[in-house]
Amino acid sequence: MDSDLALRMEQVEKRYGPVRALDGLDLTVATGSVVGLLGPNGAGKTTAVRILATLTEPDAGRAWVTGLDVVREPHLVRRRIGLAGQHAAVDEKLSGRQNLLLFGRLHHLPERVVRQRAGELLDRFGLSAAADRVAGTYSGGMRRRLDVAVSLLVHPAVLFLDEPTTGLDPRSRAEVWQHVRELVTEGTTVLLTTQYLDEADQLADRVAVVNGGRVVTEGTPDELKSRLGQDTLDVVVRHAADLDRAATVVATVTTAPPAVDPQARRIRAGASGSDGALVAVVRELDRAGVAVEDVALRRPTLDDVFLRLTEAGRA
Amino acid sequence: MRTFGWALRDGGALTVRELSHLRHEPGQLIGSIAFPGVMVLMFGYVFGSAITVPGGGDYREFLMPALFAMTAVVGVMPSALLISKDAATGVVDRFRSLPISRGVVPFGRTTADLVASSLGTAIMILVGLVVGWRMHRGVLDALAAFGLVFLLRYALSWAGVALGLSVRPETADSFVPLVFPVTMLSNGFVPTAGMPAVLRLVADWNPVSALVVATRGLFGNPGAAVAADAAWPLRHATVAVLGWSALLLLAFVPLASWRYRRS
Repeated sequence: MDSDLALRMEQVEKRYGPVRALDGLDLTVATGSVVGLLGPNGAGKTTAVRILATLTEPDAGRAWVTGLDVVREPHLVRRRIGLAGQHAAVDEKLSGRQNLLLFGRLHHLPERVVRQRAGELLDRFGLSAAADRVAGTYSGGMRRRLDVAVSLLVHPAVLFLDEPTTGLDPRSRAEVWQHVRELVTEGTTVLLTTQYLDEADQLADRVAVVNGGRVVTEGTPDELKSRLGQDTLDVVVRHAADLDRAATVVATVTTAPPAVDPQARRIRAGASGSDGALVAVVRELDRAGVAVEDVALRRPTLDDVFLRLTEAGRA
Repeated sequence: MRTFGWALRDGGALTVRELSHLRHEPGQLIGSIAFPGVMVLMFGYVFGSAITVPGGGDYREFLMPALFAMTAVVGVMPSALLISKDAATGVVDRFRSLPISRGVVPFGRTTADLVASSLGTAIMILVGLVVGWRMHRGVLDALAAFGLVFLLRYALSWAGVALGLSVRPETADSFVPLVFPVTMLSNGFVPTAGMPAVLRLVADWNPVSALVVATRGLFGNPGAAVAADAAWPLRHATVAVLGWSALLLLAFVPLASWRYRRS
């Protein structure tokens, strides 16, 4: 397989009893990139991570991590990966430092390196002050940071973050995101699963939307948005009397007839992608002498994309 | 050979982990120290006031081997509970994503449990000595007796790991009360002669009974004499304990390892 692929899954299937967790999942992740697996609960995101992290074997299909087959060479795969989040925990009855020491020793790092690395990571993740407290007393954000720190002990080539910020307050989320961004600049490949669209938008170079055990669409966050959701042109006029005139102007640049809301003095219409429409509409409205209170071209959010894609599976 | 060296070192790291837990949870430590002492006093004086030892002798001397055997059987529970909790919280998944040999985690669990339990056994020995129990046959026989106790405990600990990896922590919790009947249904606390036939059959074949007879013999405590027509495991108590332990290990080491690999 290509050496510039950090992860590859080919037609992977996995059943748990009657449930098809994965139903022919295909995925490729380029080295050094951040890919977000986005999907509702039960979509198969976590199963995909468990297979790549050698925790579960696929029923059919194959998967590789940095070119190593996860079923045939799991031992080698485990040397190259870090796992954090939902399915990997820290030991709550050990202190933060003891956790790092334990997992560092189990990674077979020399004792001197383990101690040094534990100190570095505690520092980096802002846990030095709490280093010798039992992890069970940590806040959710601290625990998650420790969790990520543990997964970074050996500078993994690929880091799996399984819902890394589920259940965290906004500030702790932002902190975890900041740490993930730093990792990426160091060249770590990250596979992130999340049900938060803004998280994928914030962190991922590419997003694969998973539903019903397969990837239903894939691309950069911007591609997904422009492919699946249409931009909306929004105009609010100052005087209700101008509404009809303004609507005629808007209709010249939009793809569909505009919807007019007299009460809000608002005209709304789907526009095809380019920012030119915005410039044109402002110019034409000005020429027609319409006083405008607000005009904007709104891009769809990943939420729009997500809801549209996953509705199909629910129906 | 190198792999084996790492496995030993990994097992050591996991054992240290378990012992650190005890340090951070003094309550658990106090509990595990107090329990054996309380058992000696409770059984020794509550039951001891009413029971006559067959063939004569002091009840507390008759009792101590049964209490040692009880610690061996009760040991199945911490192994099951702790590993079940690790599996439920994701700690086991983290271990499984590490480049360590697959047998190491159950091995570390059972080893740590054994080390932790030796502390409780030491306390029990001290309390036993205080209430008049003695090892009459010398150091070697006494060591052999404790060797049998620890062997059975270790084997049962693997059964605990297999159980703990098969059920959720709450389920494992609900098995706790079942452990006591297993030890009570033996010749350890009362003579089996008066039991109904079915119970007596179970008691005679209970590994606890064999362990009790074997250790009573090795300590020179009362109740070691066995009738010529007694059940086979009682007449060959030491062999029976070794056999039971080997059987348990043969069954549960592979089962626990299998459950660990595919959990």
